[in-house]
Amino acid sequence: MAKTIQEINEKIRQGKAVVLTAEEVIGVVQAKGVKKAAQEVDVVTTGTFAPMCSSGAYFNMGHSNPRIKMGGGRVTLNEVPIYAGFAAVDLFLGATALAEDDPRNKVFPGKFAYGGGHVIEELVAGKDVRLTAAAYVTDCYPRRTLDTMVRLEDMNEAVLFNMRNAYQNYNVAVNLSDRVLYTYMGVLQPRMRNANYCTAGQLSPLLNDPLYRTVGVGTRIFLGGGQGLVVSHGTQHNPGVVRTAQGVPKRGAGTLAVMGDLKNMSSLWLRGASFTGYGVTLTVGLGIPIPILDEEILEFTAVRDADILAPVVDYSEAYPNCQTEVLAEVTVAQLKSGEITVGQKKVVTAGLSSYARAREIALILKRWIETGSFLLTEPVAFLPGADSGYVFKPLKERPWESPQASHSRFPPF
Amino acid sequence: MPKKKVVLNFPPHLIDQPMTYRLIQEHGLVVNILRARINPNEWGRMVVELSGPKAKLEAGRRFLVELGVGVESLAQEVRWQEERCIHCTACLAPCPTHALNVDRASMTVFFDREKCIACELCLRVCPYQAIEMSFE
Repeated sequence: MAKTIQEINEKIRQGKAVVLTAEEVIGVVQAKGVKKAAQEVDVVTTGTFAPMCSSGAYFNMGHSNPRIKMGGGRVTLNEVPIYAGFAAVDLFLGATALAEDDPRNKVFPGKFAYGGGHVIEELVAGKDVRLTAAAYVTDCYPRRTLDTMVRLEDMNEAVLFNMRNAYQNYNVAVNLSDRVLYTYMGVLQPRMRNANYCTAGQLSPLLNDPLYRTVGVGTRIFLGGGQGLVVSHGTQHNPGVVRTAQGVPKRGAGTLAVMGDLKNMSSLWLRGASFTGYGVTLTVGLGIPIPILDEEILEFTAVRDADILAPVVDYSEAYPNCQTEVLAEVTVAQLKSGEITVGQKKVVTAGLSSYARAREIALILKRWIETGSFLLTEPVAFLPGADSGYVFKPLKERPWESPQASHSRFPPF
Repeated sequence: MPKKKVVLNFPPHLIDQPMTYRLIQEHGLVVNILRARINPNEWGRMVVELSGPKAKLEAGRRFLVELGVGVESLAQEVRWQEERCIHCTACLAPCPTHALNVDRASMTVFFDREKCIACELCLRVCPYQAIEMSFE
């Protein structure tokens, strides 16, 4: 019964494709069985809406008259520094960037009220943003400074480029110490009084295609309210972790690098976020359609919260010191119930990833496909898989050694 | 018996007054202190639930206002801005009264104003500034 992506696209064009969300498909498979459901269902849509720190955006501002060489100079957007180490007016803004005079954690815990993620949200919302630049002068770029309001629609290119999104599974964070911890997993109360998790579970894109059988380079996706593409596996991609018998990773595993035209996105699906005592980030809406090419792929998409195990990790000792100790494994179903048990202790849970919004994304993507405004793409390459040997390595530190005086560019006096 | 949750703001010169005692003794009110912060030479703040007959509640309120204590109803002080909330549920763990809670079927967060004691624990936890307190 194997189908091809072209056949599914033909059905989409005719308005005949059967599309279900990753939540809806669970019941259909239970009711009809894998064989029958695989014949009927063409596409399963997924979604996730969560903080993703390795998000960013690049912009081409257009040239001022006279020209200024922002490249190699110092540039800010609403006082948040934006990287300018490119050609004259190409800039890259990272989600976690902070204004130079932001107090950060000087008075602990810092508020981190505004940063790169918020600038991206404001630009997408159509708001004016202040661009300042201090540059060095060249014969071809005579201007030294710039201070102007800019907005998204006036820029040439404005592209969301996220080097790591859509983490396949993630830690559940707890705190075994005696003091409050302020982390990227939220505020963790001492002696394990809460457990914070961050996954869309049964709706999560890569948990519905655990072995990367359909998602690859060139896959068209829902990104930030618009359409984007998977451009590569993401940074820290780590497909070789332990998995369940059904192939679902039990630790943080695969990741995606994604991009898309910021001008077609919406601030509803790109939100600046402030983590007390930690920093600023961008909460990104992302959804991936999974073509049901065969029965195995359908079975993968029928994964339930109860089948997904996440590791409980101590963020007072184990995480900061790169220890791999896992206190317990809990299911996403347990996490979503509001309480898990670690050892003998019942611990209250709280999420960072919005399940309600993930469901909305999967439904929007479903509607796009049903109405023919979104066609599936054939990946041009697949992600490094579970057996690829591809691993996420720690940093090997090697002490810096002073060059010998005779070799130094700066000889001693 | 009618109940009212209020936020009392004390100017620094009033913090040595036994206000709670007088509310109980002179005005016959049940005073349940939900939260208090009183320090020398600073504005003090108390979140209290007052119960008593309507007339006594009103008399108690007048007594406080005449002394110079700011009396605000709690409902006006705490605002959950639904349009800023993404329903991540991060606020659920610290909320001691479950004023911030989630409907487990839809996984959407809701705010029950009646249960809020303005402890402010959620303020640091919400990454989207969805909860605001006017006296922060």
